[in-house]
Amino acid sequence: MRIFVYFLIVLLAIVHQDFWWWDTEKPLIGGVVPIGLAYHALVSLAAAIFWGLAAKYCWPHDLDDDDAITAGNEGAAS
Amino acid sequence: MTQFIIICVYLALLLILGVVTSRMFKGTAADYFLASRGIGSFLLLMSLFGTTMTAFALVGSTGESFREGIGVYGMMASWSGIVHSACFFLVGIKLWSFGKRFGYTTQIEFFRDRFESDKLGIVLFPILVGLIVPYLLIGVMAAGVTIERSTGGAFPNIFAGHGVGPAAIPAGAIPFWLGSAGICLVVLIYVFFGGVRGTAWANAFQTIVFIVLGIVTFSVISDKLGGAKAATEMVLKDNPHVMRRTVREDDPLTRYHGDQKVYQKKMTAWESKPEDERGPKPDEVHKPEGISPLHFLSYMFIPLSVGMFPHIFQHWLTAKSAKSFKLSVIAHPLLIMLVWVPCVLIGAWATSAVIEGKPVIPYGFSNPNAVLVKMVSTLTSDGLGGLLTAGILAAIMSSLDSQFLCIGSMFTNDIVAHYAGRDRFTDQQKVLCGRVFVVLIVAGTYALAQLRPGSVFTLGVWCFSGFASLFPLVFAAVYWKRATRAGAYACVLTAAACWWWLFAKSGYGAGAQFLFMGMMPVATIVGASTAALILVSLATKPPSAETVERFFPRRK
Repeated sequence: MRIFVYFLIVLLAIVHQDFWWWDTEKPLIGGVVPIGLAYHALVSLAAAIFWGLAAKYCWPHDLDDDDAITAGNEGAAS
Repeated sequence: MTQFIIICVYLALLLILGVVTSRMFKGTAADYFLASRGIGSFLLLMSLFGTTMTAFALVGSTGESFREGIGVYGMMASWSGIVHSACFFLVGIKLWSFGKRFGYTTQIEFFRDRFESDKLGIVLFPILVGLIVPYLLIGVMAAGVTIERSTGGAFPNIFAGHGVGPAAIPAGAIPFWLGSAGICLVVLIYVFFGGVRGTAWANAFQTIVFIVLGIVTFSVISDKLGGAKAATEMVLKDNPHVMRRTVREDDPLTRYHGDQKVYQKKMTAWESKPEDERGPKPDEVHKPEGISPLHFLSYMFIPLSVGMFPHIFQHWLTAKSAKSFKLSVIAHPLLIMLVWVPCVLIGAWATSAVIEGKPVIPYGFSNPNAVLVKMVSTLTSDGLGGLLTAGILAAIMSSLDSQFLCIGSMFTNDIVAHYAGRDRFTDQQKVLCGRVFVVLIVAGTYALAQLRPGSVFTLGVWCFSGFASLFPLVFAAVYWKRATRAGAYACVLTAAACWWWLFAKSGYGAGAQFLFMGMMPVATIVGASTAALILVSLATKPPSAETVERFFPRRK
């Protein structure tokens, strides 16, 4: 599933280059929004969904352990 | 006067919020710079979104859509949705973890440790600060100009008008020096007393303000234009090219031809004057040419800058837990969509909107960044105009505050505490030091802004490019064990050299639309800095086993 989710995100980045809508404003979604804009609004929506899937299936659970660390290390940087 | 009152009420609300949040301040350096690493999901989302979205999200998106068409959404907004969330998820959470485990407050502390080099901090510090300063200037100047342009007639007995033509300042307007001073003072007060917690709460408030006002503005404007469908139909009739990314031979280009007529008149008048009486030559009209696929694609590199912004790094470190990032990773693209789609549509409508036979944006209107304000002032009431001004100021201030605080933090932690010795200062002294630096930086930025260096506005995209060019450094630092100290230096120096070379080639930012090999210059710089990092790292001695174990521990 982890690989599939990352595959979806890479795929989204590829289909972001929507040369098929480049030279057209039609169809107009709701008679208002040209397809080139509606498609990219959909890309934003898909980004939210895919990153949501990443947060569910690709979450770095090992880092959750760090939640337990107290702020006792403040100023420890060298 | 109405707009002035609304702006004052808004700034007063911010100050009240600043006072309230300052009561939560625990008096420690960790609380001042990092809110004791206790910021939850919602505040983290609001502060990250508010910080990444500058005034450009409102006025710039409308202006660019007016100029280039709806393609700007794909270039700037949907790429940002994908890439910003990637930065939060892949880089931000890791850096938060290192910050919590090893007590980092700034980026430079992390890089010094990861690349086992104290001097890397000396190389990075001026580059990071140098790239942020133009941003601060843009913010302060934009705030001063916004107030000056929106308060005409408020105090006609005190402030005289000046200038002629579209740049004229009406009588009674709050002058630039006073407006920018007011904004600096308000930001200074809540940053000074509340630290990063104050900025997080202020950002949350301001982000909600500019999202809501963007949507309200869209709704009112579409209503005044006879509905969204009617507004779109006007565009399809007169300027259909702004609804796609190409310009066809048979496109009417009504706005372009209207602008050309005004330009010809101005040129005739300019040429008819004796040479010694001529003012500056009228600006040529931008001819729409469409957006090339390569140009469009190369915009994907710009949002990588979020991975290297020092102020975003600081916000990441404030997170309460790794899980606090989840909401930001998911909701950030949605919030971008919510702000950008209405503004991009308004920009496209503005090219063709006609009321009672007259274009809402007159032909010859040469400042795309003023299109949104012009639409609002022409089509709506003073009240909404005032609220929109508050929204624009909110977007400006929600970036300014984090940047001021972050530079104060860098001076305190990376220079003073690092070189004088961490144990030499008490927590209270570090807070005092941070506050003193914030005051000095605000004062310095205000003074520089009074010189009104106009060219600074064209530097915005170059600042983004500079930070994006350093993204390979942070990505390799958290994911590639083999990335070495020499590789890090090679990456930073190559990025700096390549950036400067292309910046000079562009005429030092003079060409606003400068492309290199048909792409945004950032694509070449990122390629070069990545290659330098990889090649030099592979050719040099790997990091010590201790460092590798520290940053790439074998987890159970």
